Amino acid sequence: MGSPSLILALLGLSSVSYYLGWRRSISLAQGTVRNLHSLPGYHGLYTALWAAVPALLLLGVGVALKGPIVTNIVVSDLPREVQSLSPERLNLVVNDIRNLASGNIASQKTPGMLAAADRYIRLQGYAAIAITVAVLAMGVFCGAIAWRTIQPGKRARNSVERIILGFLMASSTIAILTTVGIVLSVLFESIRFFQAIPVTDFIFGLDWSPQMAIRADQVGASGAFGAVPLFAGTLLISFIAMVVAVPVGLMSAIYLAEYARPRVRGVVKPLLEVLAGIPTVVYGFFAALTVAPFIRGMGEQVGLDVASESALAAGLVMGIMIIPFVSSLSDDVINAVPQAMRDGAYALGATRSETIKQVVIPAALPGIVGGVLLAVSRAIGETMIVVMAAGLAANLTANPLSAVTTVTVQIVTLLTGDQEFDSPKTLAAFALGLVLFVVTLGLNVIALQVVRKYREQYE
Amino acid sequence: MADQPGAAVMEAGALEFRGAEVDLVDERRESRETVGTPFIDDPRMSCRDVNVYYSDNHAIKNVSLDIGREQVLAMIGPSGCGKSTFLRALNRMNDTIDGCRMTGEIKLDGNDIYAKDMDVVPLRALVGMVFQKPNPFPKSIFDNIAYGVRIHGLAESKSEIEGIVEHSLKRAGLWEEVNDRLHQPGTGLSGGQQQRLCIARTIAVSPEVILMDEPCSALDPIATARVEDLINELGQDYTIAIVTHSMQQAARVSQRTAYFHLGDLLEVGPTDQIFTNPIHPLTEDYITGRFG
Amino acid sequence: MAASEKSTIERVRATLARRNRAERRFKNFGRAAVLVGLVFLVLMFVNIILTGYSAFWQTFVKLPVHFDAQVIDPGGAGDPETLGSADYGALVKTSVRSLFPEVSGRRHRRDLGQLVSRGTVFQLRRMVLEDPSLVGSRAEVWVPADDDYDMLHKGNVDRTLPEADRRLSDRQIGWFDRLADDGRVESRFSATFFTAGDSREPELAGIRGAAMGSFFTLAVTLLLSFPLGVATSVYLEEFAPRNRVTALIEVNINNLAAVPSIVFGLLGLAVFINLFGLPRSAPLVGGLVLTLMTLPTIIIAGRAALKSVPPSIREAALGVGASKLQMIVHHVLPLAMPGMLTGTIIGMARALGETAPLLMIGMVAFVVDVPQSVTDAATALPVQIFLWLDSPERAFVERASAAIMVLLAFLVAMNALAIVLRRRFERRW
Repeated sequence: MGSPSLILALLGLSSVSYYLGWRRSISLAQGTVRNLHSLPGYHGLYTALWAAVPALLLLGVGVALKGPIVTNIVVSDLPREVQSLSPERLNLVVNDIRNLASGNIASQKTPGMLAAADRYIRLQGYAAIAITVAVLAMGVFCGAIAWRTIQPGKRARNSVERIILGFLMASSTIAILTTVGIVLSVLFESIRFFQAIPVTDFIFGLDWSPQMAIRADQVGASGAFGAVPLFAGTLLISFIAMVVAVPVGLMSAIYLAEYARPRVRGVVKPLLEVLAGIPTVVYGFFAALTVAPFIRGMGEQVGLDVASESALAAGLVMGIMIIPFVSSLSDDVINAVPQAMRDGAYALGATRSETIKQVVIPAALPGIVGGVLLAVSRAIGETMIVVMAAGLAANLTANPLSAVTTVTVQIVTLLTGDQEFDSPKTLAAFALGLVLFVVTLGLNVIALQVVRKYREQYE
Repeated sequence: MADQPGAAVMEAGALEFRGAEVDLVDERRESRETVGTPFIDDPRMSCRDVNVYYSDNHAIKNVSLDIGREQVLAMIGPSGCGKSTFLRALNRMNDTIDGCRMTGEIKLDGNDIYAKDMDVVPLRALVGMVFQKPNPFPKSIFDNIAYGVRIHGLAESKSEIEGIVEHSLKRAGLWEEVNDRLHQPGTGLSGGQQQRLCIARTIAVSPEVILMDEPCSALDPIATARVEDLINELGQDYTIAIVTHSMQQAARVSQRTAYFHLGDLLEVGPTDQIFTNPIHPLTEDYITGRFG
Repeated sequence: MAASEKSTIERVRATLARRNRAERRFKNFGRAAVLVGLVFLVLMFVNIILTGYSAFWQTFVKLPVHFDAQVIDPGGAGDPETLGSADYGALVKTSVRSLFPEVSGRRHRRDLGQLVSRGTVFQLRRMVLEDPSLVGSRAEVWVPADDDYDMLHKGNVDRTLPEADRRLSDRQIGWFDRLADDGRVESRFSATFFTAGDSREPELAGIRGAAMGSFFTLAVTLLLSFPLGVATSVYLEEFAPRNRVTALIEVNINNLAAVPSIVFGLLGLAVFINLFGLPRSAPLVGGLVLTLMTLPTIIIAGRAALKSVPPSIREAALGVGASKLQMIVHHVLPLAMPGMLTGTIIGMARALGETAPLLMIGMVAFVVDVPQSVTDAATALPVQIFLWLDSPERAFVERASAAIMVLLAFLVAMNALAIVLRRRFERRW
């Protein structure tokens, strides 16, 4: 039985348990629900949960262990010389066996391999049967015990609530587990990368050409992993984006909050927010297909040499994407400035723009700075626009008309297509991911702190 | 309609039948026309048939009233009676509220402040305002006061600004307390000090009229007393219109008092007379504390 | 005093013109800023619609096909095996050449064969297998034109360009024009675009595979993130003690909401694929990654919804003796549900448009088959757009634009649903 049908079977089992628990509680109460501590439904739920939860946990453990155990048995039956291969090569062999077993194309198809694949399939079948039997037995056993313990005085509701509370608590730890997962996964691989490439070379190196380092016996074996050109490219594009997004976003927020009539605001604000809802791949499409050729054409008109994948095009479109982000955050903080503050300036005879420039903006400044920091973190982490519209060439330049590459572009390039998991080339992507995570996390923490302080000031 | 003859007749009638039959009192109680002396000679500001609406809500109904030169006019009345709305109409602060409309005429020194070509900027320089809650800008004490001077270009040099700041702080009775920390934020002062800072900020642009919207309601009694002294003193040089919730305050600081009731101006007169001998029965009810 | 007053008003008046100019300038800056955003929005939409709308139509060519028994079924047995493995390519070649008998030379004849789509071969085979009586007959069959001619017919090829810069030579254009003059060319609604998976041939490529991939991915995301999101927000809002652990969780959630999506992709690659051994390119993994990504959005929206339920209702429930969990399940959750659903839909919309993390977990593969389950190799709509844009053929760009239009239509529908929900159930207490 496959996992989905097994889960369905367990659901059926627990429904039956619910009914049995419910029945038993009623019959024990001699038809008078008042005699029970908890309503019959809770007794049913109690039985059902006992029937399902331990069995599900067992299923999870079984599925997790099945693969490695079967693989181990198959490997231990392989010829000696195969077993003595290096872990990477052995891994390839195992992959081939798996591919043969699932009917896919494998690189080698010797009789030995075919036999191993057969064995693999057979073992998989045994394991599946064993798991099915164990899980169903577990469900029936636990359900029966729970059913037996039902008494009129049993605090079934309290038990059920405790189980649910446990589930709630477990869910809320997922956020932490995610962060831990991110940190561990990028950190672990990064450490392996830094064992091959010194940290200083990575952070201060000016030359980035990871494509060289595919095999140790090739010419130019040790590729260059100096990430400075990537950092510079990321900063250049983010800078262009912020030059577009901050003034435009801020001014739109000001216009909508302070000048526009409610009806205009009611129409324009959602329209601007549409910009925020458009998937980044669409921006990338527009940048690569329309904006970049347009800028290149403009450059040709005035005699400038513009790369077809210029930083300017990517930055410009990214800036447009971030406009609604800046403007809605600024809108929030501008609206949080108390009206009394504006009244004070108006009552002195300040014009609207004077009030805004000299009273509202300075008062809202911390909040706006926080918002801009969040926007910067977004620009740095943005991927699709740069993957589609920025280049792959790691040029160290500040010229917005030339092609640059960014951290995110390189992560995507290094990890898509063929990959061996242990080459520095793949591991470099995780090192870049680590840098990206640390930088954006830092920006976010600072920005959220600043915004929170600002909110408290006016609460 | 609060046209003058009607008001005069009403006043005469009121005097004649004061304390007479109950049904007559009831009839007068129902009347919403202004009694007393809303009009004076040579007013600084004069308002005629002023109506203010907030979208559908008729907040001020046909109010006509003069505000005299170099004197303090107090506006009293129960909560929500429209006195603050009326005050904000006097320097067009209501313009900043969406959906607020106004009809009628308000003149400052004979010029209609709602005229098409009237610019609110010089108007508000001439008619300053102090608010219920002290609202210093998040700037230093010095910059708070210099702000209006700077935006209006009232000073040629830095030393002139410093002179104005010092003069204003002295007039507001704050100089002694803050002259050693002029460059610290104005928000760090106590509530009473902040309110006097706001008053100083208003006088710094030398307005002709100062509007005060319950300036002491957020202050403790000692700070209130200081601000009241200040109002008394300023009343000799400026025209002041003050909205207050406290009748004692109105009695202490004003020369004339206007009583508002649910958007209507019911009675205007010399403060002494309003508090000792009100004409309108509702004014009397309010003064004697039957509601409010 | 009087003298200085006079000078005050005069001085204020003197500055007025300058200040009003500054005021107008500032206001116009604001207007311009709003316009920049709006103009860009319109430009982008117009651009996409103009490049993409034609992908919903496809150019068909009418071929006079002779289902030559000599070629298809030399033995005359008519068994499906023989019929299925026959050389239909030869039929196509003969048919096209019969239209242009004058063309000679290997190269030109080969070009001629590429007038119609490579899919024609399969189309003819399908026809014969469905109806073996066709063998030996002649029929006029409408078949899709090759993508280059499709583009030509749609006016996307600039005929004034020098011949060398075009994908089609003057001679090829001449052939096609002659077919058009003979009434052998027609534009039809392209069902292929909605029913086919990806293909190397633009005229045979469709979004069905990508759309199903997106569907499976989102289904996994929804099934996981909604219960987990609701559970987490209920715990944090209603049960969690105010202590350091809770504060840590809260900070964590806020920060996760701002972590770049590609980092989640790295997590998925390292943990789900390399550590847990889940299959690459599978919607299951995509769904897991997007779940982790959308959870913060749902949790934040869910907590806001729970906060907006007034204490009076909680007190009323507790007052009649409900347990805390009963109060939440019976009273608070139903009232907070519209807000939670709105947050979930918005999170789903964002997940639908997400591309970068899917690249990390291998959902960029070239997948021809429409995926049938959450473990089949698949791609997703936005990834399909990215893939098509990377292809050199102009026809793929057209299809990418059309796919964007479909994607945006889904997003608009989801957001509209969220707005309707919010409007309908929004309550002010």
